Amino acid sequence: MMVKTIFSGFGGQGVLMMGYTLAHGAMSAGYHVTFLPAYGAEVRGGTANCTVAVSDDEIASPIASKPDNIVVLNTPSLYTFQNRVAPEGALFLNSSIIAVEPSRHDVRIFKIPSSEIAEKLGNPRTANTVMMGAFLKTTGLVPPDIFLSSMETVMGSKKKSVIEINHKAFAAGYKFLK
Amino acid sequence: MNKVLMQGNKIIAEAAIRAGCLFYAGYPITPQNEIPEYMSERLRQVKGGVFVQSESEIAAIHMVIGASAAGARSMTSSSSPGISLKQEGISSLAACELPAVIVNMMRGGPGLGNICPAQGDYFQATRGGGHGDYRVIVLGPDSAQELADLTMDAFELADRYRTPVMILADGMMGQMMEPVVFKKPKPRDYPESFIMKGAGAGKSKIIRGLILDPLEMEEHNWRLHRKYELIAQKETRHELYKADDAEIIIVAYGTGARIAEGAIKRLREAGLRAGLFRPISLWPFPTNELRDLAKKVENFLVFEMSTGQMVEDVRLAIQGRARIGFHGRPGGVVPTPIELANVIGRLYDRKEGIIDRIV
Repeated sequence: MMVKTIFSGFGGQGVLMMGYTLAHGAMSAGYHVTFLPAYGAEVRGGTANCTVAVSDDEIASPIASKPDNIVVLNTPSLYTFQNRVAPEGALFLNSSIIAVEPSRHDVRIFKIPSSEIAEKLGNPRTANTVMMGAFLKTTGLVPPDIFLSSMETVMGSKKKSVIEINHKAFAAGYKFLK
Repeated sequence: MNKVLMQGNKIIAEAAIRAGCLFYAGYPITPQNEIPEYMSERLRQVKGGVFVQSESEIAAIHMVIGASAAGARSMTSSSSPGISLKQEGISSLAACELPAVIVNMMRGGPGLGNICPAQGDYFQATRGGGHGDYRVIVLGPDSAQELADLTMDAFELADRYRTPVMILADGMMGQMMEPVVFKKPKPRDYPESFIMKGAGAGKSKIIRGLILDPLEMEEHNWRLHRKYELIAQKETRHELYKADDAEIIIVAYGTGARIAEGAIKRLREAGLRAGLFRPISLWPFPTNELRDLAKKVENFLVFEMSTGQMVEDVRLAIQGRARIGFHGRPGGVVPTPIELANVIGRLYDRKEGIIDRIV
């Protein structure tokens, strides 16, 4: 098994956080894993993306030329990455922000209004965690309990209330997709 | 042993701290900024640790010379343009026979180039880099685990041969996160007599690179040369991947080797027997080991993220015993395994063509 996922969105939406937490969770679940961020002159409000590879065998290249999944939180990311998804792959999009329709018809498309869900929960900044709930419900890449404990490790020094709201956000995303 | 998920740059910094590095000086440059960032925090916590963000790369390498002479395990890091600036100091380290570790997270060049991963500094690293008759031990890691292990080894090799050692990686190695286990480093074994801390009643100690008498300088050169010969005999490292039954061998290092492994997996699935020869020590280059392989394999393909530098060492090793092809992507482009697999597939059962053609 080898699953590569690209996470993409505006800088500040928590795109790297999503990828890092997934990578940490996959490592805790016993998989080989690589996390590759796009780096450079990145700024808040600019674009950010990262690639996570999860495999039960050693991972050769951390780059995904044909990712199995893409998770996009804004419209420019959809345009950039939708053509790369492998046929039969999955495309997760933040439908609160992305108003356009994807041009791909050979992939599974999951629309999650993650910003709206996060706002209703009381903290719009948890839209990324909502997305992760939906993502893991569908892909089953990492068991939810392992992911959540990785999330706590990654957040580490953050306030307890922040961790609590993220737990709620994850559950909401997880429940959103049937 | 605890497995942790860490970014390549931070792995190098943490491994250095664990290996007993007490002095770091550097000047910021992408894509290696996490090294000084991490060192600034960790060296503060180590007894006797000193961190300096210097005014320039040249200042940093010369501070390393001083710290090394004073007996501290010392390190500096930069990326391609910054490493060019450090060459004067690296030449001095070699001349004065001082141990130090230099990290180069290569980026696209020449000139200021860009900040993407590239492998264009192979010549500079393996041929000495600065002026004068000297060599630098160069190690090319290709995974998080090797970043940690080779950094610890680098400090040990630097001490053992009293010579600068370079870790030659690239932006992708520096930015990528992978799980890593930090092994326990060996305790330092560095004679007091080399350390400049006052001669007491004994003979005065002198460390110098300026030797005006040509005969004396000649002898110094030959002495260094004998040391480099010894290193070449004892310290070559390489790794083979699926090479036992291979019809074609890819020669690649660092990030290039990771891509090559991906390509080889794809080709094997399609029934093509491709394998990998991965030099880990880039200087000394594993010449004999590669030459042995050419006794049974006829086709080689060198893959580099440059226009072709290591390919010259491969030609010198194989000496016309096999066909050598080349595929390169310079300037900061990281190709996909699919692209490389297509190139390998095209050359796979080449029976004709000039042996050792100049590409």
